[in-house]
Amino acid sequence: MQILKLKETIAFMDYRRGAMIFSIILMLASVFSLATNKLSLGLDFTGGTLIEVGFENRADLTKIRQILDSNGFDDAVVQLYGSSRDVVIRLAEREGVKVEMLGNEVISALEKGTGQAMQMRRIEFVGGSVGDDLAEQGGLAMLTALICILVYVAFRFEWRFALGSVFALFHDVLLTLGLFSVLKLEFDLTVLAAILAVIGYSLNDTIVVSDRIRENFRKIREGEPAEIINISLTQTLSRTFITSITTLLVLAALFFRGGELIHGFATALLFGVFVGTYSSIYVASAVALGFGISKEDLIPEVIEKEGSDQEEMTP
Amino acid sequence: MLNKYPLWKTLMVLFIVAFGALFALPNIYGKDPAVQISGLRGVEVNLASLDNVKSQLTAGNVSFLSIVLDNDQLLVRFTDTEQQLRARDLLDENLGDKYSVALNLTPATPAWLASVGGTPMKLGLDLSGGVSFLMEVNMNEAIVKAQDGLVGDFRTDLRSEKIRYRSVKKSNDSIHVKFRNAEDMTAAHDFLKKRYRGFLMTDNASNLTLSAKMTDQKLKEIREYALQQNITIIRNRVNELGVAEPLVQRQGKKHIIIELPGVQDTAKAKEILNATATIEFRLVDTEGDLTAALNGRIPASSKLLYERDGTPVLLKKRVMLTGDHIVDASSSFDEYSRPQVNISLDSAGGGKMSSGTKSNIGKPMATVFIEYKPTDRKNAEGDTIFEKIEEVISVATIQARLGKSFRITGAGSQSEAHNLALLLRAGALVAPIQIVEERTVGPTLGAENVRLGFEAIMMGFGAVFVFMMIYYRAFGVVANLALGANLILIIGVMSLIPGVALSLPGMAGIVLTVGMAVDANVLIFERIREEIREGKSIQQSIHQGYDAAFSTIIDANITTLIAALILYAIGTGPIKGFAITLSIGIITSMFTAVIGTRAVVNAVWGGKRLDKLPI
Repeated sequence: MQILKLKETIAFMDYRRGAMIFSIILMLASVFSLATNKLSLGLDFTGGTLIEVGFENRADLTKIRQILDSNGFDDAVVQLYGSSRDVVIRLAEREGVKVEMLGNEVISALEKGTGQAMQMRRIEFVGGSVGDDLAEQGGLAMLTALICILVYVAFRFEWRFALGSVFALFHDVLLTLGLFSVLKLEFDLTVLAAILAVIGYSLNDTIVVSDRIRENFRKIREGEPAEIINISLTQTLSRTFITSITTLLVLAALFFRGGELIHGFATALLFGVFVGTYSSIYVASAVALGFGISKEDLIPEVIEKEGSDQEEMTP
Repeated sequence: MLNKYPLWKTLMVLFIVAFGALFALPNIYGKDPAVQISGLRGVEVNLASLDNVKSQLTAGNVSFLSIVLDNDQLLVRFTDTEQQLRARDLLDENLGDKYSVALNLTPATPAWLASVGGTPMKLGLDLSGGVSFLMEVNMNEAIVKAQDGLVGDFRTDLRSEKIRYRSVKKSNDSIHVKFRNAEDMTAAHDFLKKRYRGFLMTDNASNLTLSAKMTDQKLKEIREYALQQNITIIRNRVNELGVAEPLVQRQGKKHIIIELPGVQDTAKAKEILNATATIEFRLVDTEGDLTAALNGRIPASSKLLYERDGTPVLLKKRVMLTGDHIVDASSSFDEYSRPQVNISLDSAGGGKMSSGTKSNIGKPMATVFIEYKPTDRKNAEGDTIFEKIEEVISVATIQARLGKSFRITGAGSQSEAHNLALLLRAGALVAPIQIVEERTVGPTLGAENVRLGFEAIMMGFGAVFVFMMIYYRAFGVVANLALGANLILIIGVMSLIPGVALSLPGMAGIVLTVGMAVDANVLIFERIREEIREGKSIQQSIHQGYDAAFSTIIDANITTLIAALILYAIGTGPIKGFAITLSIGIITSMFTAVIGTRAVVNAVWGGKRLDKLPI
């Protein structure tokens, strides 16, 4: 079976201006949203206490809020979590109160107030300084990842490809962050992990394309760089689609069946795979082309060796 | 171009997959809920206790699978957690506090498999339920303490070398020694330089002061030592809690991770982890004027401290012995049924105690209990400031020359004596610690996570399976074989590496690897189709397909591996789990997707004259 039966080369690069404008608009929108909406950082980064309780019956959020209010937890943020019976309560860091007491206090107050039996599902406490450290480390990790990859790709391919792929990665990370900011989804550690996985995936795609471009530059004697890039993209398009499909299939499984705790993770990756696929075609290649990639850059210098004109002797 | 693998290569592939399968096998048997009973403080678990436990369980109507006595521990297995919990409550109540009864999950691995080293994967806290702490070591305090010790050492050494000095003081990260004349200063400089390493010594001729500044290397050593010592002590304390399979691990420069699977009541755990206590023995200053001291005129060599009830005690500044010499401590009752704490010292401590007490028989000696409690205040670097609380817990007359073991009475009630003994036994901390992060996962959420993760893996796997079979037909089946082998290898490797635990994000990592692992095969198969379209022979196409795709696959995977390794370096707990499964998955998938599928393709289609390929 075959989904794509391509006889003709698709002129991807003809649309690169439009794609670039599209990308720039999206990136600006992301920056704008990040600046105004910010990221709704999760407990991992902000510090504080999170209590998840499971009620026997439907949870009445208004009542829960009232009960917490009257018990002195007026800063509590109460939300449903995954189902109508699971509730997450977030409290800011407070001075002078021991955490182990806090969890029990909240649960007993709720038990008394609602008259329902409930179950402690999880309690998390993160100190403020830990969150700050983590935010710093997370940013540092992404930066380190980008630099390491830049160096590797520059070493294996060519600096123009390296710039192209890092630019594509930056594009993907920014848009994913933008999505989380626009939709006000919670950004926690698992989402950070997902974004690093997006970097991995998007890069995977970019490298496959770059590899083919390099091969074709060496193989096809005639042709403009843009045309050779078009040929390479067309040749790899089938693979790009299939891999995206299989990855999206498993991510859909995670998204729908993985449970609330990795919902954010699956969302970031689902979106990341779309953006990553798009960026490996339009951002990475277009940037490399924009920097003037040409045949000469990719054909290895032929070093004259003594006897190289003679036929090789094979044992 | 025959596309034939030599026999050894095919055998190697088979061997590696079989090896992975062998170590993945224990996971199929799973784990039995169990209760682990061990004796505390020298109480032995023996066959009599086995019979006792057995009869109690039968009397309590709790059904169990087996009871084994192994390594001075009793292990009782159950069919379900309900029986396990009932048994725990029953035994906890009836066995008394001489035994610790801990919940446990014991691998149900058959003996032959266990004997070759097969164990099931460990589950992370988010899957097993339990509590995890992140603790921060107060490094400033560690350095202050080290300096205090050095000030004393400088004094003693200079005195024994007969070098006269005016004063020894500390400030910031330096120690300043004042002298009366320049000769003494030079002599001291030469002497101290030889004796103490890790200092930058500078003379100041104008005010006759020698300053010894700690080098960065020295400071680093002190911090490292403080962290290591804390880890060791926390390990001991965690063992006191009687938790099965606890984890204590360093994280970065000043943090320690503690994971206690199965623990739900965190209050007790925290009380023991969080209390940083040490003990010091000092002589009571009997010559000093207590009333004058209370009015603020404390003698230079003395220190004013209080007992719990507020009674002031004037103590000598010189510490006779510090708590780090304590090797064991236990609580019991003396002949008048008063609670007491029995203390044993190491030989160096015994020597110090002996020489300290021999000339002071008949004089009072005080036991000072020092506790560090975190306050709400923070210093400029954002670290919590600790308050040092010193309390005289007993003043006792030295009846005889004390040696390696002695006892203290007057530590309060029996439970206080017990707690003190527990803390003393766990040793004295160089630097105080504090909990900065805490996560508790209830058992139901854990079980739910396991189910969800497993379902997601199966669904993702199934969907990819069906898709590949439809799209690549026979070659799709080959890719699916590789995918299956890859899953087995990931599980096998994860079971094999100790200290690697499966977490929910780790399960997500496996799902993601399944999706991405087929990429290598897609690359190869698409390339083979291309080569066939270009009119190359079948065998040539297979060869070309694998050859041309190889470097692409390597490059693509190495870069993903870079991202995964960075994630591993910064992540904690579950995120580390994700990074680990992703890294393992990348490596095993390269093997199964390239070498593994090639072996199958070569065996089925290689070396034959074919007109068509089922791809």
